[in-house]
Amino acid sequence: MRKVDCVIIGGGSAAMSCAISASRYGVKEILMIERNEDLGGILNQCIHSGFGLHLLKKECTGPEYAELFMEMMKKYKIDIKLNSTVINIKENKHLTYVNEKEGIVEVEAKAIVLASGCLERSRGMISIPGDRCSGVMSAGLAQRYLNIDGYMVGKKVFILGSGDIGLIMARRMTLEGAQVLGVAELMPYSNGLSRNIVQCLEDFDIPLYLSTTVTKIIGSSRLEKIQLSKVDENLKPIAGSEWEEEVDCLLLSIGLIPEITLFDKLNVEKDPRTKSVVVNECNEMTISGFFACGNALQVHDLVDHVSLEAEKTGKQVARYINGEIMDDIGFDVMNGNQVSYVIPQKVRMKNVESDCRFSFRVRKPMKDCILRIKTDNQVLKEERKRVMLPAEMEIIDLEKTMLEKVQNSLIFEVEECL
Amino acid sequence: MIKEMVCVVCPMSCHLTVEIQKKQVKSVTGNTCQRGVKYATEELCNPVRMVSSTVLMKNAKITRLPVVTRSPIPKNKIKEVMKQINKVKVKAPIQRGDVIIENVARSGVDVIASRSFKAIK
Repeated sequence: MRKVDCVIIGGGSAAMSCAISASRYGVKEILMIERNEDLGGILNQCIHSGFGLHLLKKECTGPEYAELFMEMMKKYKIDIKLNSTVINIKENKHLTYVNEKEGIVEVEAKAIVLASGCLERSRGMISIPGDRCSGVMSAGLAQRYLNIDGYMVGKKVFILGSGDIGLIMARRMTLEGAQVLGVAELMPYSNGLSRNIVQCLEDFDIPLYLSTTVTKIIGSSRLEKIQLSKVDENLKPIAGSEWEEEVDCLLLSIGLIPEITLFDKLNVEKDPRTKSVVVNECNEMTISGFFACGNALQVHDLVDHVSLEAEKTGKQVARYINGEIMDDIGFDVMNGNQVSYVIPQKVRMKNVESDCRFSFRVRKPMKDCILRIKTDNQVLKEERKRVMLPAEMEIIDLEKTMLEKVQNSLIFEVEECL
Repeated sequence: MIKEMVCVVCPMSCHLTVEIQKKQVKSVTGNTCQRGVKYATEELCNPVRMVSSTVLMKNAKITRLPVVTRSPIPKNKIKEVMKQINKVKVKAPIQRGDVIIENVARSGVDVIASRSFKAIK
């Protein structure tokens, strides 16, 4: 059996940044396994610009951002397997992948990194009633059909969900000649950036219906119309508020879920809040030597943050392989008032260098609030925030000296100043 | 004339009220920082946008080449830019940054390839 230092599952932005960083920190034999025929992952279909503003200090399109990282990777000896799918992982770090050329291959690794991205929630996951006609698909799939394969998926389009992919697709379909009749959002606020609301909807006079959802899909073989309803404060449809829109295409932009099915059978702790694995300060799962980063760990809104998270993970992989990571009980990190999750969920102080980075999201949009980080009954840090949005991941670095004061747990909470 | 708009510079998303007289911004209220004034002035006097799309490509493993304007173009030229982009056919090999359309819609801005492709033969 082939033995390698590190296997990275995936070939997108997280996988590439992790591979570059692990190489820089001295990891010799890295095997990258990508399911698609190209590296780059989702970036290749995100042809709009706006990537890299934080990290590269310039505005790239998705394919440009991906190519810059592919070029950086060429400096290092990384074994890349394209068109290859990982089909099994065992706790002893034996991993099986399959491709057309080699057939079924088993390798043994010292460390395994899950950088497999996320998947889109589908119609079935939110149970929209109605016919099972064609013309209903996720926004990301439509984006792939249009931007990679060159197929238009509809002429009269409606979009459910106001996340950024939905908004970007509203503009893209309009520019290609489709009529986008509107975007419906279940919540009373949009989950997209205000820049995208202005530049993708308002620029093209596309209406945004808040507190609205699709309650019926109608069509015999192809989608013919959809029924929309207003929802109340409990997000339940209001009887009598229904109206219909004649469309041939409904795009769903209703959320993303980390892709961790390879770890379903393994005895690693999962977190229902992130719908991914629990990780410690090294982005290592609860079985040692298994790491996660990128959208497989938490759904990001900026690729820059994916790259930074993966870079940190690559460094920790190198430390792990060199035997520099020490096991310890550590403390738990908890989400308090108005915080929906915090990553990492566990911290072992022995492995914290000068500081430790935490990322989290809030549950609802808030203006003028205080982020409070505390341990048991002691407040460690307070920070005033002018605005916090569920759509924007928050990042904060906490110094080692502060973390040393943590007793049983570290709690993140946000309070609105009324 | 009074115009209401949302500032998109940062996540604060300030609701701006802009007073316009003789095509000039006279006053901006509702902003919490000076960037709001700059945004409102630019957005009302000279709004610009990046445009990205794809063009038909031969001799590569896929048929769509992603392209983008090198810098933002005037907002009122978006339609014309798309029209020109949709007429273009290219042949691989293509290098990222190759000029696909020079001075698109007389905007002074080039449309460039945003991905590289090898020729398949």
